[in-house]
Amino acid sequence: MTLDIRTIAPSELHEEMLRLKTERQMDFLVNLVGMDWGEEGLGVIYMLESTRTGETATLKTVTADRENPFIPTVSDLWQIANIYEREVYDFFGIKFLNHPDMRRIFLREDWVGYPLRKDDKTEEENPLRMTDEPLADTTHEYFLKEDGSVGVKENTVWGKDEYVVNVGPQHPSTHGVLHMRASLDGEIVKKVGLVLGYIHRGVEKISESMTYPQLLAMTDRLDYFSAMQNRHALCMCIEKAMGLEVSERVQYIRTIMDELQRIASHLIYYACMTMDTGALTAFFYTFREREQLMKIFEDNFGGRLIMNYNTIGGVMYDILPSFVKEVKEFEKALRNRFKEYQDIYTNNVIAKGRMVGVGTISNEDAISLGLTGPVGRASGWKNDVRKRHPYAMYDKVDFTEIVRNEGDTNARHWNRMDEMLESLNIIDQLIDNIPAGEFQAKRKPIIKLPEGCFYQAVEASRGELGVFIESKGDKTPYRVHYRSSSLPLANAMDTASRGQKFADLIAIGASMDFVIPDIDR
Amino acid sequence: MFDFSIVTKWFHSLLCGVMPEWTAIGIECLIVLLFIIVLYAILAIVLIYMERKVCAFFQCRIGPNRVGKWGLLQVFADVLKMLTKEIIKMRQSDRLLHDMAPYFVLAASFLTFACIPWNKGLEILDFNVGAFFFIAVSGIGVVGILLAGWASHSKYPIIGAMRSGAQLISYELSIGMTMLTVIMLCGTMQLSEIVQQQADYGWNIVRGHVPAVLAFIIYLIAGNAECNRGPFDLPEAESELTAGYHTEYSGMGFGFFYLAEYLNLFICSAMAATIFLGGWAPLMIPGLDGFNAVMAYIPGFVWFFAKAFFVVFLLMWIRWTFPRLRIDQLLSLEWKYLLPISMFNIILMALVVCLGLTL
Amino acid sequence: MGKPKIKSIPYEEFKDNETLEQMLDELNAHGANVVVTTADKLINWGRSNSVWPMNFGTSCCAIELMAMGAARFDMARFGFEVTRTSPRQADLILVCGTITNKMAPVLRRLYDQMADPKYVIAIGGCTCTGGPFTKSYHVVKGVDKILPVDVYVPGCPPRPEAFYYGMMQLQRKMKIENFLGTVNRKEKDEHKEEAEELQKKIINQEQEA
Repeated sequence: MTLDIRTIAPSELHEEMLRLKTERQMDFLVNLVGMDWGEEGLGVIYMLESTRTGETATLKTVTADRENPFIPTVSDLWQIANIYEREVYDFFGIKFLNHPDMRRIFLREDWVGYPLRKDDKTEEENPLRMTDEPLADTTHEYFLKEDGSVGVKENTVWGKDEYVVNVGPQHPSTHGVLHMRASLDGEIVKKVGLVLGYIHRGVEKISESMTYPQLLAMTDRLDYFSAMQNRHALCMCIEKAMGLEVSERVQYIRTIMDELQRIASHLIYYACMTMDTGALTAFFYTFREREQLMKIFEDNFGGRLIMNYNTIGGVMYDILPSFVKEVKEFEKALRNRFKEYQDIYTNNVIAKGRMVGVGTISNEDAISLGLTGPVGRASGWKNDVRKRHPYAMYDKVDFTEIVRNEGDTNARHWNRMDEMLESLNIIDQLIDNIPAGEFQAKRKPIIKLPEGCFYQAVEASRGELGVFIESKGDKTPYRVHYRSSSLPLANAMDTASRGQKFADLIAIGASMDFVIPDIDR
Repeated sequence: MFDFSIVTKWFHSLLCGVMPEWTAIGIECLIVLLFIIVLYAILAIVLIYMERKVCAFFQCRIGPNRVGKWGLLQVFADVLKMLTKEIIKMRQSDRLLHDMAPYFVLAASFLTFACIPWNKGLEILDFNVGAFFFIAVSGIGVVGILLAGWASHSKYPIIGAMRSGAQLISYELSIGMTMLTVIMLCGTMQLSEIVQQQADYGWNIVRGHVPAVLAFIIYLIAGNAECNRGPFDLPEAESELTAGYHTEYSGMGFGFFYLAEYLNLFICSAMAATIFLGGWAPLMIPGLDGFNAVMAYIPGFVWFFAKAFFVVFLLMWIRWTFPRLRIDQLLSLEWKYLLPISMFNIILMALVVCLGLTL
Repeated sequence: MGKPKIKSIPYEEFKDNETLEQMLDELNAHGANVVVTTADKLINWGRSNSVWPMNFGTSCCAIELMAMGAARFDMARFGFEVTRTSPRQADLILVCGTITNKMAPVLRRLYDQMADPKYVIAIGGCTCTGGPFTKSYHVVKGVDKILPVDVYVPGCPPRPEAFYYGMMQLQRKMKIENFLGTVNRKEKDEHKEEAEELQKKIINQEQEA
């Protein structure tokens, strides 16, 4: 089940990509992975998907030059490639020709070296620097001159007379340490730029020195509101590579847990949304129901936030006999409270004024920006991984994909509200029929994956979360990459909030519901 | 109703008996000053405690309950802490203006505080243009907030201060208009006289019926905005501007803003109670003489505080329920809705008064 | 000064009383007059019962901080009521979540922006030692490398009860401080000189420019 990868020379890359996009309608760039193949050189893996036909394609391109690697950009074809390519530049030092903004994005601008290269001596060259971080207002663009050599030109990101407000890295409404630089004209937002990496923990690099079971510890801490789904994705990816079958009982449990986690995440979303728009009381209401859910989690696997539940081939513990009853009680409580949430906040005239028609993202932009999850579905793009590539029990249960067409904050908000009910429906169908069976498949103590590249996506709470593993047949992976569900959302802030008021920037940020450690990894 | 002016007059003549009049007035001024400051502090503490308990109640929490019985000493602990906290001086701020700003806000709130008639004959500042004076001095607060934002030399405070300037100046119009409505009904600007009339002819909100109720609602909305409290807390919008215009203030500098916020809430409510709900006038229902006699037995300042705290509770309820408005929505609410309505309301009130339709 | 008391929890039930007793001895050995100690007690009572935390969180632990503010755990009961978003007005910085190399100068600056007296609690494995990310190239291995930490609360993430335990330990520590007397208990900030030097350098650079 390895990925079928086609190799293209860098010189033909842009043409081929354009062909794929226009002729085969590959308008969704799922993932873009930077790679260091050692001797072979540096390269990039592109994963494409067509939103019309559902076709997928995976391509790779390699450049042997390790000193000055150049690859043409695809950021003019897919907007999301802009930020993905900056990430690759940051970690591997691959420079993208014609990319308008070649600045580092995760690491400090005075960082030396490229940490994800196999030969990088990061620790020695980069001691802990306590000086203020330099933030350049200009950037470089590399382009091919007519004679074939590479030229550099300087682009201005922030002009001298712009009133730039730093929203973050320490700000109450960025839900962590996101740093947005917003250029304001009075109260109106003219432009938003992202500075990421304040919680970049180097998960992908650490993972390369870990065995597969050890890898599992990392995923829960990426997007802690989708801890279950993240780990589910990684486990499935490894199981798929190993050819390990898991029992039906495990599939049932995993699906139920995924949906419970989704509800917990959306409850937090509601709390954050209300807090960011100033309705402080509503914040406490969903936390009340969440605590009930936390208790179920805690009883069954000991953790409140970081669960460490899924394992390769099963789950850590069997569910308790009381689980079914407790989940049903929670379900009843949530359905009862649901109207209350809408009464106190969503249907409030002020809240409506703050949400309707604010931060609209068109369908084309949503696809081009790779906005999966409830945000993309609010712009009329059917992107639910549970429908597109069903996994676990999702092809057997009956549920509708919530799609709205307005693309504004209100649509995103309601999408999440409706998804909670839909998740309850899914749980309803499964909870009474959990089959008997073992909760952990038998497997060898040492796990080695066959050679090749593997990719598995799940629908996490805020969109498609993909795990990409390249294995050379060892105990440890050669390269692990997570397709973050939040990075595209944060990247869309600029598109969504241009021309809106400063207060809307906060509301839009809340409606995107990104989780920063998931962005930075 | 017991007239407090008997006591004050007796005290004045007593002092005049042993000393020249100017020293007597000097001593009286000192006593009044002390009285205002103590009352101010007590009210602030009561209000902060009340706010915490009320918001805890709305949020299914308990609120402070460990410090003293029922957490009664919580606010004292906060005050002690704030008093002993470092006051940060910033390198690039305008030091003089930065230090002055909280005092402007305090001064505004003290001066308005002095206008309130507590009981019959117990007024500190009472003259024939009392209502006008009240509106005029409340405007000083805007200067303080603008200064705080400007002198901090920081981006969030300046945005907060500018928002605040736009907001306070706009909503002052509505406050003025609604007070004008009541002044038309009573025919006087003297606050003690307005209350006296309500004691004689019934509360303004009843006496002026439709236009008075309308004015009361507009006053509550505009008053809430004047106090910078939710849903109009844009100048210090926590989730947008960290702490708004007082982001850079620490220790007691921040403490003064914090105190003034709560006192403004009380002053706003007290003024609502004074001009609409009869101030210290007891609840009288025509025809029920026994009931009226009992009500008249309750001292005036109790009535006054009960009414004021009722309005405070209403405002807290509003604050902890609604989401925050956006700046353009805030301004359009004032200029497109509240101001035209209150202008129309003045005409309505004029008609009501001229045609003798008051109850 | 006597042993610090916490309402409804006996002194013996706390762990690590030795450190506190050592501090107490140190304090008592210097001696102070009656008026000063009484005033100190009053101030310490006020300070320890009104610890306003700053709204600071980088990752998972911050969610548990939110849960702690919410109805079931309600930190307002203890006087941790007002989470200030501006560092100038906060007394306590709860370092919730991993601190990375890029975040470290920002955190240090936040700490420097806070008004004295200020306290630090390191919440979670990541801030205590680096946690599961110790091997990373971009994670500060323990927040005590950049800030003076008063209390450590391990866990990944710690339960809200553990937060409380840590915060009560801090309250106990605050109760044996000396504000007016000769020796101030507040532990020395090892990194202060470094930070001040840096600041001076920046000021010089600015002036030159």
